[in-house]
Amino acid sequence: MTIEELQEIGKIEKEKQDGFKHRIHVCVAAGCLSCQSGQVKEALEKEVSRRGQESWTSVKGVGCLGLCTAGPMVAIEPDGILYQGVSVSDASDILEALGGPAVSRLDCSAHMPFFTKQKKIVLENCGKIDPESIEDYIAEGGYEGLYNALRIMTPTGVIEQISKGGLRGRGGAGFPTGLKWTAVSKTKSNIKFVVCNADEGDPGAFMDRSVLESDPHRVLEGMAIAGFAVGANYGFIYVRAEYPLAVKRVRTAIARAERLGVLGRNIFNTTFNFDITVRLGAGAFVCGEETALIASIEGRRGSPRPRPPFPSELGLWGYPTLINNVETFANVPPIIRKGGDWFAATGTDKSKGTKVFALAGRVNNTGLIEAPMGTKLREIVFDIGGGILEGRKFKAVQTGGPSGGCIPEQFLDMSMDYESLAKVGSIMGSGGLIVMDETSCMVDVAKFFIEFCMSESCGKCVPCRVGTVQIYNVLKRITEGKGKPTDIGLLEELCDLVKNTSLCGLGQTAPNPVLSTLNYFMDEYRAHIDDKVCPAGTCHFNHTEESQ
Amino acid sequence: MRYPSFLQRTADRADVQPVRVLTFSINGVTVSAREDETILTVARQNGISIPTLCHLDGLSERGACRLCIVEIKGSPKLSPACVTLPRQDMEIITHSDRVMDYRRKILELLFTERNHVCSVCVSNGHCDLQALTVELGMTHVHYDYLHPQQMVDASHERFSVDHNRCVLCQRCVRVCDEIEGAHTWDVMGRGHLAKVITDLNEPWGESTTCTGCGKCVQVCPTGALSEKGKSVAEMTKKRLFLPYLKLMRGEEER
Amino acid sequence: MSRLKIATTWLDGCSGCHMSFLDIDERLLELSDKIELVYSPLVDMKTIPEGIDLALIEGAVSSEADKNELLKLRANSKILISFGDCAVTANVPGMRNHFSVNDTLSRAYVENSDSGKCLPSVSVPKLIEFARPVHEYVLVDFFLPGCPPPADVIFSTLCELLEGKTPSPITKTRFGA
Repeated sequence: MTIEELQEIGKIEKEKQDGFKHRIHVCVAAGCLSCQSGQVKEALEKEVSRRGQESWTSVKGVGCLGLCTAGPMVAIEPDGILYQGVSVSDASDILEALGGPAVSRLDCSAHMPFFTKQKKIVLENCGKIDPESIEDYIAEGGYEGLYNALRIMTPTGVIEQISKGGLRGRGGAGFPTGLKWTAVSKTKSNIKFVVCNADEGDPGAFMDRSVLESDPHRVLEGMAIAGFAVGANYGFIYVRAEYPLAVKRVRTAIARAERLGVLGRNIFNTTFNFDITVRLGAGAFVCGEETALIASIEGRRGSPRPRPPFPSELGLWGYPTLINNVETFANVPPIIRKGGDWFAATGTDKSKGTKVFALAGRVNNTGLIEAPMGTKLREIVFDIGGGILEGRKFKAVQTGGPSGGCIPEQFLDMSMDYESLAKVGSIMGSGGLIVMDETSCMVDVAKFFIEFCMSESCGKCVPCRVGTVQIYNVLKRITEGKGKPTDIGLLEELCDLVKNTSLCGLGQTAPNPVLSTLNYFMDEYRAHIDDKVCPAGTCHFNHTEESQ
Repeated sequence: MRYPSFLQRTADRADVQPVRVLTFSINGVTVSAREDETILTVARQNGISIPTLCHLDGLSERGACRLCIVEIKGSPKLSPACVTLPRQDMEIITHSDRVMDYRRKILELLFTERNHVCSVCVSNGHCDLQALTVELGMTHVHYDYLHPQQMVDASHERFSVDHNRCVLCQRCVRVCDEIEGAHTWDVMGRGHLAKVITDLNEPWGESTTCTGCGKCVQVCPTGALSEKGKSVAEMTKKRLFLPYLKLMRGEEER
Repeated sequence: MSRLKIATTWLDGCSGCHMSFLDIDERLLELSDKIELVYSPLVDMKTIPEGIDLALIEGAVSSEADKNELLKLRANSKILISFGDCAVTANVPGMRNHFSVNDTLSRAYVENSDSGKCLPSVSVPKLIEFARPVHEYVLVDFFLPGCPPPADVIFSTLCELLEGKTPSPITKTRFGA
């Protein structure tokens, strides 16, 4: 494969698509598929052929269009019309309206701030390309970054661009990606590995799943570039078995990429070989922790081990290993294609680029969004999110999943970046963003997350294994109206213990939802304990039972 | 393929050169050690006792019980002494009020987790967990006891396992895998529901892999694994075989 | 100098800690000049007096009667010691905690009984759901673990208290024995 051949593939695909006067894009990511977008696509295809419009109307399954709450979503290109809640019976009306004004009952323009306030780098192809077509990806500039890296740049040059772009790990902690790559590239070994962490397990988070379902080649390309940069020839994608569609699309993508020679042996006629294998996780949250993930890929029980040594020194089967998250890899191809400076132009001083968020909870527009780092929380909740359901009062936002914290109303104007989030006691995490309103009980929220950590703890270290159970039991009795006045102090003590003495990140961050709600919503805890009242009205107390 | 087990051979670590000698301080006393020796080893060589539970000389390290955590000056994080390697000029504090307080609380958590009734235990008086309460000055447990319902498996001809007393240190798992080579023991379940099992959670007596060597019983820190026929306080453990075996094998490899 | 007023009781326990107390043997005579036993199963006193200097509580809290007695003793005592493993950890009485009260009672009064075979309704105090250590109900000043605590440790602890020192029994005794 040469660059000319690559460009030729892209050109042919582009021409083919431009040949259609109307292009109908149907979202076939998991969210819309679950509300019958597959049947909608079939109905549209049938209707097109019934009307004999095949030569100038195309129907294409594309990745996530973002507004999952309004699925199934259908986009009409090049007119830029977006339809929501499309059903099979709407097919004929949609085709009738082609070229003219949109079908008003399906029109989605009311949600426009949802789209205009976003900036897409990671999701640039989502909703545009057919995730199962490599040609479609190439037509959008795909694999050019890999070509540039292999044929024009040096490994150090690639890492330089990543560092210059200021990309930081999107999996949670925000470790500078350039530094991580440098560490692996400097470790001497004939064998090295690149691992893509797609073990997304936060409740309410689906960023990585959507990227893999909508644009799998972007991740493959990012991994191959990383492999070249650090000197690795083998890649693993560790993905949850609960994501069957993502697994299927990634496997299809790998097969197509190998056939075109952009993966496998002698990529772009260089001496660089890179193979990617998919490994399925059995659904353990702790396997998102890198050392537990390594153990799981090796076929052992997925429990973490103390670091150092870090995987960059002692990783898979003892070899130096680079582990990045799906979204991190997805950011790599555009950085290499357009340069680190281009990437660094977006975002804040220390947090560059954009962040994908899975917006969930009590907002009108739930779905997948991407906004520049530094976007105000208020813009995300009220502009992109369209405000709180049924006009209720905003209470808090939970970020970072079970490792994160709750951000109360007074910080609505904060900038969403790594540092600011840490300052208010939360974390960026992988991008889950759950909005809560006045009907959410914060003690109950804390209980929910600690229960999650309790049951997802691997059981290896004592503080996490037993401490989370103790914290859960205390929160449980508080929500049952059996809390004691000493429970607040007990919670603080247990949280401090688990946070400071646990072995891995799961335990060290598990108390965060409790600590942040204690910090900002102490009045709710007090109301439960002292007055036996749940201000949000979600906890039901059985007053007949005597607490001792 | 035999996977490299973590830290079994520290020499495998790319960042460690066994021949290099470092000087650093423990509790203000300057000490020196090879770069591949853990803080725990060096502390013990210098007469400083750091409490441990999952650690056992001769087995690989897990860093899991968290009782050996120490403070390292300049680091906000506490480090487990059993797996942390010293660095030049490191200042280590092993018995600060902060770590002693954490250790006691962790030990209390262990006592709440299962049903450790010392007075009626076969290992009463010979138990590492019990000894730790004295070492750490734990007078009582101020957390709630969980009182889980746990099982006893007495199906083996000579040994029995009482999950009420298990602290999940995995010494049995490691000795069976690393020394005996049978890998009869392993762990199933997550979090507080985790438990040690024989084979694929089959009764110990029906295990086809167990060689009946009894090493697991001897290394068990508590009364979880015991010999049959032993009554309260009669179960003493014989662990000297472990350093001997390690030594003999080392000779053989050479 | 007036003698130190001491109260002792056994809640849900086997009285072994009290036996160990008596094992102080001839040193009891030495103590008797300095202490006065104002309430104890060892003396004939039916009500809990006021102004107790030191209360030794043996046994776990298993019934309503245990709980009431404990609360009263705490209210009337300056210093309260959790005396022995049952008081400190719930020990053997706590082993019933993962069974329901009903199952526990049926086991004793029906399944393993030769006569009567019915659950007690009068004269046996009502069991609480869990047998719990003393410190889960009241503030405890000192813990004296051991099953039973050795006589020497009981003696030295009492002596230290008499001398106005702060005893630290955990260095001399431990859980279990």
